[in-house]
Amino acid sequence: MEDDAPVIYGLEFQARALTPQTAETDAIRFLVGTQSLKYDNQIHIIDFDDENNIINKNVLLHQAGEIWHISASPADRGVLATCYNRTCCCLDSFVALGKSAAQLLTALATSSDSKVLTCAAVWRMPKELESGSHESPDDSSSTAQTLELLCHLDNTAHSNMACVVWEPMGDGKKIISLADNHILLWDLQESSSQAVLASSASLEGKGQLKFTSGRWSPHHNCTQVATANDTTLRGWDTRSMSQIYCIESAHGQLVRDLDFNPNKQYYLASCGDDCKVKFWDTRNVTEPVKTLEEHSHWVWNVRYNHSHDQLVLTGSSDSRVILSNMVSISSEPFGHLVDDDDISDQEDHRSEEKSKEPLQDNVIATYEEHEDSVYAVDWSSADPWLFASLSYDGRLVINRVPRALKYHILL
Amino acid sequence: MAAAAAAGPSPGSGPGDFPEGPEGEAPERRRKAHGMLKLYYGLSEGEAAGRPAGPDPLDPTDLNGAHFDPEVYLDKLRRECPLAQLMDSETDMVRQIRALDSDMQTLVYENYNKFISATDTIRKMKNDFRKMEDEMDRLATNMAVITDFSARISATLQDRHERITKLAGVHALLRKLQFLFELPSRLTKCVELGAYGQAVRYQGRAQAVLQQYQHLPSFRAIQDDCQVITARLAQQLRQRFREGGSGAPEQAECVELLLALGEPAEELCEEFLAHARGRLEEELRSLEAELGPSPPAPDVLEFTDHGGSGFVGGLCQVAAAYQELFAAQGPAGAERLAAFARELGSRYFALVERRLAQEQGGGDNSLLVRALDRFHRRLRAPGALLAAAGLAEAATEIVERVARERLGHHLQGLRAAFLGCLTDVRQALAAPRVAGKEGPGLAELLANVASSILSHIKASLAAVHLFTAKEVSFSNKPYFRGEFCSQGVREGLIVGFIRSMCQTAQSFCDSPGEKGGATPPALLLLLSRLCLDYETATISYILTLTDEQFLVQDQFPVTPVSTLCAEARETARRLLTHYVKVQGLVISQMLRKSVETRDWLSTLEPRNVRAVMKRVVEDTTAIDVQVGLLYEEGVRKAQSSDSSKRTFSVYSSSRQQGRYAPSYTPSAPMDTNLLSNIQKLFSERIDVFSPVEFNKVSVLTGIIKISLKTLLECVRLRTFGRFGLQQVQVDCHFLQLYLWRFVADEELVHLLLDEVVASAALRCPDPVPMEPSVVEVICERG
Repeated sequence: MEDDAPVIYGLEFQARALTPQTAETDAIRFLVGTQSLKYDNQIHIIDFDDENNIINKNVLLHQAGEIWHISASPADRGVLATCYNRTCCCLDSFVALGKSAAQLLTALATSSDSKVLTCAAVWRMPKELESGSHESPDDSSSTAQTLELLCHLDNTAHSNMACVVWEPMGDGKKIISLADNHILLWDLQESSSQAVLASSASLEGKGQLKFTSGRWSPHHNCTQVATANDTTLRGWDTRSMSQIYCIESAHGQLVRDLDFNPNKQYYLASCGDDCKVKFWDTRNVTEPVKTLEEHSHWVWNVRYNHSHDQLVLTGSSDSRVILSNMVSISSEPFGHLVDDDDISDQEDHRSEEKSKEPLQDNVIATYEEHEDSVYAVDWSSADPWLFASLSYDGRLVINRVPRALKYHILL
Repeated sequence: MAAAAAAGPSPGSGPGDFPEGPEGEAPERRRKAHGMLKLYYGLSEGEAAGRPAGPDPLDPTDLNGAHFDPEVYLDKLRRECPLAQLMDSETDMVRQIRALDSDMQTLVYENYNKFISATDTIRKMKNDFRKMEDEMDRLATNMAVITDFSARISATLQDRHERITKLAGVHALLRKLQFLFELPSRLTKCVELGAYGQAVRYQGRAQAVLQQYQHLPSFRAIQDDCQVITARLAQQLRQRFREGGSGAPEQAECVELLLALGEPAEELCEEFLAHARGRLEEELRSLEAELGPSPPAPDVLEFTDHGGSGFVGGLCQVAAAYQELFAAQGPAGAERLAAFARELGSRYFALVERRLAQEQGGGDNSLLVRALDRFHRRLRAPGALLAAAGLAEAATEIVERVARERLGHHLQGLRAAFLGCLTDVRQALAAPRVAGKEGPGLAELLANVASSILSHIKASLAAVHLFTAKEVSFSNKPYFRGEFCSQGVREGLIVGFIRSMCQTAQSFCDSPGEKGGATPPALLLLLSRLCLDYETATISYILTLTDEQFLVQDQFPVTPVSTLCAEARETARRLLTHYVKVQGLVISQMLRKSVETRDWLSTLEPRNVRAVMKRVVEDTTAIDVQVGLLYEEGVRKAQSSDSSKRTFSVYSSSRQQGRYAPSYTPSAPMDTNLLSNIQKLFSERIDVFSPVEFNKVSVLTGIIKISLKTLLECVRLRTFGRFGLQQVQVDCHFLQLYLWRFVADEELVHLLLDEVVASAALRCPDPVPMEPSVVEVICERG
C-alpha cells in the first residue's frame, strides 16, 4: 500500500499565512498569503487535483501589504479576511501599493514617520476564481487579478491585528479580531461591505498584554472563543464578552496557537515555544490532559482533523510537520464503532478484535520536506485525509494521511 | 697354641689347687680352657678376640686347627726352621703336652666326685616316698566318715527350717496388716502435717490391696476410711492448686499428686492450663503496661529481656511440666498444649511487635538487633519444646518483618539525606555572594554531596549488616542468608536508593514551573555531574561493597550494574539537556525582549553594539565558567589556531556580500530564496534542542544554538529600517566575535548568524548593509 508522494509547490516570496477555503466542500483548495516588503503581495489560490496529483494555482494581488494571517469565510467561498502590515517608511512600497496609496497616506499622516501597522480587512475574490477555474498555471501569473475590498475592520482605536477568526458554523456574518490586548466582535452587514463593532473586551494587567492567537469554538452554539496571550489561555463568552476560564501558564513560554477539538466540546489543544503540544479539558484547567513533546523547536501551529479528531497536525520551526494519533483522548477512544445493524459476522469479529487491542497514542509520521521553519499547517476542508503545510521560504507541501492508518480508522 | 702356652704358666700345679692360681687368674684360665674345648667341638668362639686374627682354620699346619696334620706340620718345621728353632719348638711342645695332661686329670676327678654325691641323694628320696603313701591312705578313710555324719545332721534339721520360713512369712503379712490398720491414722497425720507426698505414696501402696480384699468387712472399713481421707487430701490439694499462690513447680507437684490419686487427667489438664494462662496473662499485662504510652517506655532490649524471662520462661516451664505430667494424654493433650501456646504466643508477639513498631523511628540499629537476637534466642527453647505451636517460626517471621521494615526505614533515611543534601546545595547556591568572592565552588559542593551520600550509604549498610552478623542467632535463617542480602539490601536498599535518586533528579526536569525557575540551573548541572559520576564509578563501587559485605549467594535475579549505570547516565543526560534548555531560555528571553521591544524602523544609525549583546556574551562566559567547573572541555572541530580572525573577515566581507548582494537588486526576487535554499542544501539541518554530550563544549553549543535560533525567529517577526538592519549586522558580528570560542563547530555559529542577518535583510524594505570594515570597527570599539 504505497502512499502517494507529497506534492510540493513553491512560492516566490516568504509566506506565513495559510488557510483552506472553508466554505468549499468539494474541491481541495488552499489560500496562501505571501510576505514581501518590497513587492506586491499575493494570495495564491492552490487547487489540488487529487486524482491526477496536480496543483493548479491562481494568483490574486493583495496590494495592501504583507499578509500575516488569512482566514476564509465559512459561508461564502469568495470572501476572506487578512491581517496585513502597512509599512510607512519606504517610498518604493507606496508606489507599488498603487490603489490603496491614498489610504496609506492618511495612515502616514496619522502615525508618525515610520511605523508598522497591522490592519485587518475583509476581501472578496473575483467570481470566476471562487470555484477554482482550471486555467493553466503559466498564464494565470500574467493576468494577476486583484481582490475586491469589502470592508476594513477599523483599527484606528486599536492597533495591530493579530488574527481574524470567523464564526465557524454561522452565515459568515460574525468575525472576531484580536488586536493587541483587545478582543473585538464585528458584525458584517450589507453583504459584508460594512463592519460594525458589536462588542469588545480587553485584557487588563500589568505589562504589555498582547493576544497572539485565537480560535472560535464550534460547540456551545458558537458562543465561545479561546485566545492565547503570552503563556496564558483564556476562554470568552461572545454574548457577554466575559472571560469563562483561564489557564495560567499553560505553556512554559509563549503560546503560539490553539485549536478546538471538533467532536469533543471541552477539549482544546495548544502549542508554544516550549516545543510542547498540550491537550486541555477546559473544565479542569489545572493540568493538561496530555502533553506531546516531539518537536525540537517552537511549535507554531496545531490543528485537529475536522472529522477524525484523533489526528492532530503540528508545524514547528524545526522545519518539521508531525502528524500524531491522539486516539486515547479522541472522541473515538476505542476505534471506529460500527453500527449494530450493518455489521456482518465477519465485521463483527473484526470490530471486536479491534476494540480488544489497546489503541495507543503515537506519532504517525514526521514530514521533513521543508527546509525552513513551518509557520502554518492546516487540513483541507474537503478531504479529511489531506493537509497542507507552509514554510517561511514559500514552500507549500500537500500531504496525505498514510493509507494504512486511513483504512484502520475507517474500517 | 701360643695363647694356651701363655695361659698355662704352671704346668706342674696339682689338680686340687687350680682355683687358687698363683697369680689369681683362675677364672681367666678356665675360660681359656672352655674356649679351647669349644674350639674343639667346632663352636664358633665369639670371645676369641685376643687371638691374632688370620690363622686359617683349614691350615693343616695350625696346631689348634681342626684340620691339623702332624706330618705336614713336621715337614714344614723341618723344612723351614733352623736347628735352634727346632730345638726351641720341641721344648715348647713338650711343655705344652705336659700341661694338657694335667688339665685332663683335673677334669676327671671333678666329675667323679659329683657322680657319687648324686647317687647318695637318690637313695634318700626313695625312703621318704614310702612313708608318704601310708599317710594318704589314712586321710581317705577319715574323709568318708565326715561325709556320712554331715548327711545325717541335715536330714535331722530339715523339718525345723520349713517352720521358720513359714513364721517369717506370717510376720511380714502381719506387718502389712498393721500398716493397713494404721493407714487411716497415718494418712490423717500426713495430711495434718502437710506431707501430701508421703500420704499419696501410702495411699498408692495400700490401694491395690484394699481393692482386692474389699469383700472383707474389716478391710472394707479401712478402705472407706482411707477413701474419706484421700478425698479430703485431694480436696486440700485442689485447694492449694487453685489458690495458685505458689509457683509453677509446686503446682506441678500438686498436679502430679492429684494424678497419682487418680483424679481425671482431662479435667486436671484443663485446670492446669487455666492456671498457667492466668500467670502468663499476668506477665503479658505487665509487659503491656511497660508498653503503655504514659510511663517512659524502657528501651527495647530491656523490654525483650523482660518478656523473654517473664513470659517465655513461664511458658517454657508450663510446657515442660505439662509434657511431663500429661505425657500419657497422647496426641490430644499435645494438641491442647500447642493450641494454648499458640494463642498466648500470638498475644505476646502482638505486644512485641507493638514495641518494635515504636522502635522503627529510632536510629539505633545495634540495640534493636540485640533485642531481636534475645527475643529470637529465648523463643528457641519453647520452639523446640512445642514444635507444633510454631513459635520459633512466628518469631523468625517477626524478625524478618522487622528487618524488612528496617530496610525500608533506611531507604527513607537515605532519601531524606539526599534531599537534605540538595537543600543544602540550594542554600549554598542561593546564599548572597560576598562581593568579588565566589561562594563555595561547584566542584566543592559536588564533592560534599557525593561524599555525604556515600557516607550515608555506608552507614546504612553497616547498620543493616548487624542483622547478618555471625553471633546473631537468626542470621543463619535462610531469609537472612539469601533474600535479605540480595532482595532486601542489594535490591531494596541500594538499588532502590540509586533509582529513587535518579527519579528525584529527573523530577527537576519535569517541574512545570519552567518560568518560576524553581530549580537553580547550577543545581541541575551539579546533579547531572553527580549522576554521571555515579554512572562511571560510584554505582559499581557501592554494589561491589554491598556484594562483599553481604555475600549474595542466591538465585534471585539482581539488577545488573550496567542497567543501573544506564539509568544514571540517562538521568545525567536529561538533567544536562534540561540545564541547556533552561540556560538557553534565559539568554533567549533576553534576546527576544531586545528584538521585540525595539522600534526597528525608526532606529538611528548604529554607533555601537547594543548592551544586550554584551550581556549575552557575558552570561555565556559565566555559563562557560560554571560548566567548566564540573565538565571536561570536550572536542572541538579541528580548526587552525588563528582561523578565528580570518573567518570573521571572510564572513563579514566576501561571504556576506556574496550571499546578500544579489538579493538587493530588485530585479531578481527569486534569487534570495534560491540562494538560501541552495545554501541550505549544503548545510546540515540544525537540530536546535538536540541532546547534548557530557562536555563543556557540547553544553555551550546547545545553549548558543537555542539562543541564536530564537534570535532568528524573533527577527523574522519584525520589520527593519535600513539602520535597523545595520544594527542587526553589528550585533551579529559582535556575537560572532565572541561566541565562536564556546562551540564545537564555529561553522554553526556562522550559519545561524548568517541566517539572522539574511532574515533581517529580507524583513527590511530598504536593505543597505553596512560596510564590513565599519562593522568591524564598531565591534572592536564596543
